[in-house]
Amino acid sequence: MVEHRPWNDIIAYAILTFGVFIVAFPVYLAMIASTHDAVTVIGGNMPLLPGGHTLENYYRAIFVGGSHASREPVGHLLLNSFISATGIAVGKIFISILSAYAVVYFRFPFRKAAFWIIFVTLMLPVEVRIYPTYKVVSDLHMLDTYAGLILPLIASATGTLLFRQFFMTVPDELLEASRIDGAGPFRFFWDTLLPLSVTTIAALFVIQFIYGWNQYLWPLLITTQDSMQTIVTGIKKMLTTTDELAEWQLAMATAVLAMLPPVAVVVFMQRLFVRGLVETEK
Amino acid sequence: MANVVLRNVRKTYAGGFEAIKGINFEVGDGQFCVLVGPSGCGKSTLLRMVAGLETVTSGEIDIGGRIVNAIEPADRDIAMVFQNYALYPHMSVYNNMAYGLRNRGMPKPEIESRVQDAARILELGAMLDRKPRQLSGGQRQRVAMGRAIVRQPKVFLFDEPLSNLDAKLRIAMRVEIRKLQRRLNTTSIYVTHDQLEAMTLADILVVMNGGQVEQIGNPLDIYQKPATTFVASFIGAPPMNLLPLRSDEIKSQLEGSAAANEAGLLGIRPEDLVISSDSAAGGIALDLTVEAIERVGAETFIYGSRRHEAQGVAANPGELPPGEVIVRIPGAIAPAIGERIRAVAPREKLHLFSVDGRKRIEL
Repeated sequence: MVEHRPWNDIIAYAILTFGVFIVAFPVYLAMIASTHDAVTVIGGNMPLLPGGHTLENYYRAIFVGGSHASREPVGHLLLNSFISATGIAVGKIFISILSAYAVVYFRFPFRKAAFWIIFVTLMLPVEVRIYPTYKVVSDLHMLDTYAGLILPLIASATGTLLFRQFFMTVPDELLEASRIDGAGPFRFFWDTLLPLSVTTIAALFVIQFIYGWNQYLWPLLITTQDSMQTIVTGIKKMLTTTDELAEWQLAMATAVLAMLPPVAVVVFMQRLFVRGLVETEK
Repeated sequence: MANVVLRNVRKTYAGGFEAIKGINFEVGDGQFCVLVGPSGCGKSTLLRMVAGLETVTSGEIDIGGRIVNAIEPADRDIAMVFQNYALYPHMSVYNNMAYGLRNRGMPKPEIESRVQDAARILELGAMLDRKPRQLSGGQRQRVAMGRAIVRQPKVFLFDEPLSNLDAKLRIAMRVEIRKLQRRLNTTSIYVTHDQLEAMTLADILVVMNGGQVEQIGNPLDIYQKPATTFVASFIGAPPMNLLPLRSDEIKSQLEGSAAANEAGLLGIRPEDLVISSDSAAGGIALDLTVEAIERVGAETFIYGSRRHEAQGVAANPGELPPGEVIVRIPGAIAPAIGERIRAVAPREKLHLFSVDGRKRIEL
C-alpha cells in the first residue's frame, strides 16, 4: 500500500485535472460553438459560455442540412452511420463467434492453417487492401449501398481471436457433460457457449460499433451520393466550401451529435461489462 | 440395470503413448466398482472410454450386453459425475438437472417429477431456482449427482467426484454416495486416487498401475492378500513394510520354509507388528531403533530403522525408504526416540513376494 500523504493527493489531482482539461476542452468548445450563430463563431473571439442559438442550430443540422443545396440533413447521416456501424458490429460478431467455434471445438484438416490465415488478416486492415477491396465492391455493384459500407469492414480477425481466447477458458468438462446430456454441436453452441459468451459479445459490440462509427476513408471512397454518406464524412464535407463561409456552428452541432451514439453504446454496455466481471464463473 | 464388461481394452494415443494396456474386468449388475491407482495410471482414461469421451483403440466395452465402442456418449445410457462438477453456470439447478432430459424429448410433467424426486433425495428442494455459483461445494456436488440420477441410467460413472471438497465434507459425501448407490441399485464405476475412498466404497476394487490392472477383487481380500508389492504399498496407510530377504537375520528366522527360499521380499502391515520382548515362535522379530513417533490420538505410528539396512530414499512414492519400518500401535503410549525396541509379527501375518515384487508367494 502507498502511504497516504496529502501532498500526493494534491499532485495526483493536479495531473489528472490537467489531463481532463486537455481532453475535454476541445469537446467543450465544440459544444459551445454549436450554440452560437455563424457570425459569432467566425468572428474570431470564441465565447466560452453558451449562446442563444442552440435549438435553431440543432434543428437545422438534424432536419434541414446546411445552406448549400446538396448537403443532406444530419438526421439521415446519423441513420446511415447507425446502420453501418450496427451492421459491422453484428456481422463481425456473427462471423467471429462461428469461426472461433469451428477453430476451437472441431478437428478438421488444416485447422491450424485456417487459424493462421485468419490471424494473418490482422495485418491487412482496409487501408492496406483498399484498392482490391474497392475493385471487388465495385464489380459487385455495391457502391453507394449499405452492403458496400458494411461487408468489407466485417472481415478481420480481432473478433475471432477474442472469442477463441474466451472459448479456450471454458472447461472441457462442460462440453463433455453436454455430450452425455445428448446435446449435439449446435445445441452445445446455442444452449451453453452462447449464454456464457454474452459479456464477450457485449465487449466486442462496443469495440466494433465505435470502429464502424469512426470509419472515414472507406465510406468516403465508396459513397458518391450524399444520401449514402455517414456522419463522419458528412462533417468533413460541411467544411469544404468554395465560395461561402463554412457554417461552423452547424459542423460543431453535427460533431456533437456524432459523439452521442458511441457514448450511449459505451454507457449502456458498461453495465453488461460490470455484470460480466462480477459474475465470472465457469 | 446392467453389467459392464471390459474385454482386452487398449488405448494408444496418436503420439504412440499407450495409456491403457489391455484391461479385462466385469462389473456385475448393481455393483459398485472402484478404480484406484496413482496419478497417470490410466484410471480416468479408462472411465472416459466407458463414458464414450475417449475412443477405444482396441478391445470391447460392453454395457448391458451391448457393445458400445461406436456409440455416442448420450446413447450409452450412462451418467457421469465430473471432478469439477461441470455444471452449466448459466442455468438454474432445476435446468441443470432437466437439460439432459429435455434434449431427449421427455414430456414436461415427467421431467418435473423426476427432478423433484432427485431434489428430494438430495435435499436440494429449496435450491432449484439458484444458479450453481450461489451454492457451496457440497451442494454443487449434489447437483452433479442429481443430474446423473434424473437420467435413471444403467451405469453411473464417477470421476474423482469428491476431490474438490474439504476433508470432512468428503467423508460425509462418501457415505452419502454409497447409500444412494445402494438405494438406487445402479451399477457404478468410481475413479479415485484415495485408497481410503476406494476401500470404503467398493464392492469390487480394481487397482491400476501404468495402464494395467495390478489386482481385482473384494477390497478386504486385496488388503489381506495383495498380489504385488505395488498393491501392498498402495492399499493401506501407512503402507505395508517391505523388507528385502537376503541371507540375514530375517531369512534365518524363516528357515525351513520352501517359500521363503524362493521369495525376495517380506511384507508386514504396520498394525500386524507388536512390540514385545519375546521372540516370535514361527513368526518374525525385528530389532529397531526408534527414529520418529506420530501420535494421532487413538493410535501411534512408530518409525524405526533396522541396524543392518542401508538408509536411503523410497523407490516409489507411497513406499517406505529401505531400512525403515513402521509399527502401528493402539493408544498413545510409545517408546522414546532413540530407544531400542523389538517388533514381532506372527507367521500368518507375513506376506512374501518374488524379488521383482510382481508375484505373491504363499508361505
